[in-house]
Amino acid sequence: MDINFESERPIFLQIAECLEDAVLSGAYPEGSQIPSITEISVGFKINPATALKGINLLVDSGIVYKKRGIGMFVSAGAARKLIQKRRAQFYESYVSGLVKEARRLGLSETEINSMIRKGFGE
Amino acid sequence: MNGIEVRNLSKSYDGVKALNGVSLRFEGNKIYGLLGRNGAGKTTLLNIVTGRIFADRGEALVDGMPIPENDPALRKIYLAGEKTLFPEGMKVQDTFKWSGEFYPAFDPEYAGNLAEQFRLDTKKRVKSLSTGYDSIFKLIIAMSANTPYILLDEPVLGLDANNRDLFYRLLIEKYSERPCTVVISTHLIEEVSSVIEEIVILKEGAVIKNEPRETLLSKGYAVSGTARQIDAYIAGKNVIGTESLGGLKTAYILGGGDRDAAGEGIEVSKLDLQKLFIHLTNS
Repeated sequence: MDINFESERPIFLQIAECLEDAVLSGAYPEGSQIPSITEISVGFKINPATALKGINLLVDSGIVYKKRGIGMFVSAGAARKLIQKRRAQFYESYVSGLVKEARRLGLSETEINSMIRKGFGE
Repeated sequence: MNGIEVRNLSKSYDGVKALNGVSLRFEGNKIYGLLGRNGAGKTTLLNIVTGRIFADRGEALVDGMPIPENDPALRKIYLAGEKTLFPEGMKVQDTFKWSGEFYPAFDPEYAGNLAEQFRLDTKKRVKSLSTGYDSIFKLIIAMSANTPYILLDEPVLGLDANNRDLFYRLLIEKYSERPCTVVISTHLIEEVSSVIEEIVILKEGAVIKNEPRETLLSKGYAVSGTARQIDAYIAGKNVIGTESLGGLKTAYILGGGDRDAAGEGIEVSKLDLQKLFIHLTNS
């Protein structure tokens, strides 16, 4: 898990994505407790207010929930929910940038398609 | 009213204005970055709010109480600055015992624990410490004083990368567990950028920026492209600096303008705090 402080993306979004990745990979299984705000802040060397803002995104989207006085836990169905969300974002996140760069380099749709096929190992 | 507040603070040295009508507030339980070039007035400001020097004009208050020559006010604030107020011949371990006299919430056990983590030999005399360990010693006292306000003037001076890393982590841990106001004055801007929540920039004795880090950073961006494209794009925008490399031009913009409307061929990128600081305080 790493935060890119040079990135365009605000740190709190990167924190949220980082934790989402950990849920998707199974590092934080559903029902398990995730690190506390203090642990996240110290671990990434970020202001606790930034960590809280990142966590709140996950709480608002139902990926994690708070148990008062105990901590934060991964919701049931969180991984499935994340997969749906990431799929919906796939075009914006990956395809539109790919097409933009391909156009700049003069690569045709056919050439890109053959690269994708290669990527899938066909 | 919680916080350290200064109103219209001015201070001159030999006719040179170090602070020129500075008004600002360090609110409760936030981490501030106090940034400025050499001679911008950072240290003067910190020394005034801890009663070490007196302002020519203006007021300094903590939690509504006037600071100068007022012990109850001064006990609320700890400054780790250039000078320590301990006798130089004193041993580190003895400073841990004595600090409680003026700062009743000082935690000698925690100080000892920090000394162990930084491998500071507490049997050494304060005056015999190297530059790096002198900084570490001051940090340990500051973090153990348990005052509601901690001011750190160049806290990482002479610290190696490992110890700087350790310091930032310990500071965040301390702050999470026992919230307080921290003001960090530093030249190592990139390192501290993610730790601070609020930014104050001083230039030539005056406040030129005072806002949340995220707000400030969200306003700044850089555009790169051919000189002709860039000149056309930046017309009428708040340009804080430009750089040219052959036919390629980069302009740094703060606020105003729609970065999404930069158009084909113009690369838009983020402006980090260090670059933003350099362009705001140049000239």
